[in-house]
Amino acid sequence: MKQQLFEDRYAPFWRVFAERLELLEQRRDRPDAVLATAAFPAAYRQLCQQLAIARAREYSPLLLERLNQLALRGYQQLYRTRPGRLPAILSFIAEDFPKLVRREARLFWCCCGLFWLPLLGMGYAVHSHPALIYSLLDPDQVAHFTTLYQPEAQAGDRPAAGDVGMLGYYIYNNISIGFRTFAAGILGGIGTLFILLFNGLFLGAVGGYLTAQGLGAVFYPFVVGHSAFELTGILLAGVAGLKIGLALVAPGRFTRIQALREAATSGVRLLYGVVVLLLLAALIEAFWSSNRALPVTLKYTVGAAGWLLLPLYLLLAGRRGA
Amino acid sequence: MLPPAELLDTLRAVETPEGITLELRLAGPAPRALAWLIDSLIKYAVLLGILLGLGFLGETGIGFWFLSLFLLEWFYPVLFEIYWNGATPGKKAFALQVINDNGTPVDESASVIRNLLRAADFLPLFYCFGLVSMLMNREFKRLGDLAAGTVVIHRERPSEPIPLPAGPLRRPLFPLSLAEQRVIIDFGERSATLNPARQAELAELLTALYSERNADAVAALLANARWLRGEQG
Repeated sequence: MKQQLFEDRYAPFWRVFAERLELLEQRRDRPDAVLATAAFPAAYRQLCQQLAIARAREYSPLLLERLNQLALRGYQQLYRTRPGRLPAILSFIAEDFPKLVRREARLFWCCCGLFWLPLLGMGYAVHSHPALIYSLLDPDQVAHFTTLYQPEAQAGDRPAAGDVGMLGYYIYNNISIGFRTFAAGILGGIGTLFILLFNGLFLGAVGGYLTAQGLGAVFYPFVVGHSAFELTGILLAGVAGLKIGLALVAPGRFTRIQALREAATSGVRLLYGVVVLLLLAALIEAFWSSNRALPVTLKYTVGAAGWLLLPLYLLLAGRRGA
Repeated sequence: MLPPAELLDTLRAVETPEGITLELRLAGPAPRALAWLIDSLIKYAVLLGILLGLGFLGETGIGFWFLSLFLLEWFYPVLFEIYWNGATPGKKAFALQVINDNGTPVDESASVIRNLLRAADFLPLFYCFGLVSMLMNREFKRLGDLAAGTVVIHRERPSEPIPLPAGPLRRPLFPLSLAEQRVIIDFGERSATLNPARQAELAELLTALYSERNADAVAALLANARWLRGEQG
């Protein structure tokens, strides 16, 4: 069959098919779009056959390009994934996330070591020799932290903005750090290692210095409330980052690209949980930790509860279903 | 070993369950950078608007501003890629589209991965790692695309067929192979987009078919194209 005859025969079909595609692409829930959906797969298969014939007969590139575009758009309408949202989110929090964390237990302990050992070591060192803090922070930063946790400083002196203002800032800052900790992992894990080590040293230095200056009574009640969620969140972002880094360094039986994809897919699921943890931490930090009117013992109690409940949740949740 | 023509091509073939292959036209760094620029301008304009609009709310307004900063910085592309046929406004402006590298529309997980890893692509500054990664693989994937299994393609709306200029039909002097026929029909269909001098230049290459020169050669070639295409006289 010559090309002209072929085109004349199928042109009306292609026009109808293109119109259906337009409908489907604009909105999937309009009634006429639904009508179009019913007959769509059959029409798509016909189009595939026409494209195959046109290729085999070596019709002109312009015609093949047209048919290819139509088939590609049809393919994309037919093969899309539409999972349900809310139930998935709930079961993710109740079961899947703790399971994911437990599956990565070894990496998690690695991250803990990478973060907590420098933190404790640096804290001890700076506590003994406060001048050591200048090896990591410049004098302006040190002065900033010192004024931040002065006992006489009242709520108005806190860095800006009131509770809601700080909530926005904490969300932006902390979750961005979490995301970067993950993303840096694609550089063979080195970026994530660096971020974990550096944050451990930094927080250790600040904590040790403030304690040595006698400001611990202000500092610890402030950080204790949200620390469990924030630090665990960042550590789990580190787990996700090291996971993709390791996939590149030691892909095992997969090719590096395959291993990377697998790791990124489960890493990003881990990261959804990290977002939840860090949101929680930001809420506590903005509305609870910053409130100096609350009694110190209450703050320590709540902080301890966080450190008790979060590990229990990660350790036990979702075991029955497994 | 691939033939040289294929080494140079930016087409990527995807086989579908229907047994056909679809061709994806991959987009390189330049249009993607421009699309990114447009998206950045839009983001900063929105942030500026929010800042001006919420200024009167004082400290609470600052909180919302940081929240929008967070959402725009990380999730602006994700939102558009999932709910707007795989294209942010910038990509749409350049007719680009993000899809999974098996040809299906980009899914949530892949979109989140490729956009979170933007942070690594951006390192050490202005997408250096991303650019190096794009130049080092055949599919212009930045690090985020590698991890998510996505590609960015050109998405042109198919143009309506351009009819061959009307005229006489003529059978070629001797039987032509399919590939040769295809070249001649292609010339006919594209002739409207070429200027007469270029048309003549191309037509005169076929000295085996024609003794004519200049416009006559073009006319002869078009007559062959019409015959080969099967137009009715």
